[in-house]
Amino acid sequence: MTKQRKAIALISGGLDSLLAAKVVQEQGVLVEGINFFTGFCVEGHTHAIRKRDRARPKRNNALWVAEQLGIRLHIVDIVEEYKEVVFNPRHGYGANLNPCLDCKIFMVKKAHEWIREHDFDFIITGEVVGQRPKSQRKDTMPVVARESGADDLLLRPLCARNLPPTRPEREGWVDREALYDFSGRSRKPQMALAARFGFEDYAQPAGGCCFLTDAQYSAKLTDLWQARGEKRYELDDIMLLKVGRHLRPAPHFKVIIAREEGEVNYLKGYRGQYVNLAPVSHSGPLALIDGAASDADLRLAARLVARYSKGRAAPEVEVEVRQPGGGVHTLKVSPMPPGEIPAEWML
Amino acid sequence: MKRVVLDARRLLCPMPVIRVQDRVAGLSPGTELEAVCTDPGVLNDIPAWCRVNGHTVVETRTEGDEYIVVIRVEPTG
Ligand code: SF4
Repeated sequence: MTKQRKAIALISGGLDSLLAAKVVQEQGVLVEGINFFTGFCVEGHTHAIRKRDRARPKRNNALWVAEQLGIRLHIVDIVEEYKEVVFNPRHGYGANLNPCLDCKIFMVKKAHEWIREHDFDFIITGEVVGQRPKSQRKDTMPVVARESGADDLLLRPLCARNLPPTRPEREGWVDREALYDFSGRSRKPQMALAARFGFEDYAQPAGGCCFLTDAQYSAKLTDLWQARGEKRYELDDIMLLKVGRHLRPAPHFKVIIAREEGEVNYLKGYRGQYVNLAPVSHSGPLALIDGAASDADLRLAARLVARYSKGRAAPEVEVEVRQPGGGVHTLKVSPMPPGEIPAEWML
Repeated sequence: MKRVVLDARRLLCPMPVIRVQDRVAGLSPGTELEAVCTDPGVLNDIPAWCRVNGHTVVETRTEGDEYIVVIRVEPTG
């Protein structure tokens, strides 16, 4: 009897990784999924926060993919280790702060460590030659294989026939002829294959799989680093960058103001860690202060919060200021007129 | 029946799922794990994780701002 071969598939939650895993599964290989959580992932929670997105299914796409395939999924928290990839990508950033090539190398490297620990045979990704301008080019494909240490144990079933045969192909663990030769930016071949397998309702992220491809998000992260004087973040920082209106009146503090009820509920969870403000004379948003704000700064922040409250046209709004330790005081302020808020404060 | 409680309050998906996964890895079959969470997304994600990995959801309930999912650890191959 031939040995049952086992592969781990990198599952991002998008269509390509779903198809890649399916193609190999169809060949009788036992496939399990691995999904990496970097903290920047675009996932259900961002939809859960914003009320306007509530109608959309709040599913975790990687779990959904695993369920479609009937495979187990291992979700790995790489938040800490991933920081180095974001801070110092050897191959540089993409259009925004997305270090895609280094990110791929890192994830394949982690998957390679995983297969060695779990006695699996090879690794599958949904990469396609020419799909992305920097990280998925014919000349960067070998870079990922080499620098991750996975070498020829890395199989890309969707474009394998455009690449030199890997060990799973050479050894006959998979049939190269039954793999694909997709290339370029067109999504049509993937969509046709999805239809053939009967997959519907799959996620189609526009820019990429994470917030680092988003220009506005990257600008907020750059601001955070500038304000701190170094590239540094904690998980809470990068999660908060996904939420609310961020205004920075001065380098040493910024104000994060909820835009609607879902965000209010979300920011509530941070009241134990951040100085927070909310209007009490009128209904209005919750806001957090990130940084060390003086009394004058807090007064300014209160005026901003009042501006976004129902009392924006009132002469005076009462705003409660709460310290994470429990101290509370109230400020009476005039809402800042929108025309007086400098555009450069808005991140 | 042994039941353990996992505090996953304030964590956003997929962190509660990761905490459940890592906790389950150290529990023996038959144990019940009660995850107390504040992200409503867990009502979808923890059951999905259980379906994918072969564990059973015993109960899901909402208490005020908290979402509680109780699962039973099953033997997995
Ligand atoms: S989009 Fe984000 S997660 Fe995807 S490869 Fe690029 S950096 Fe990595």
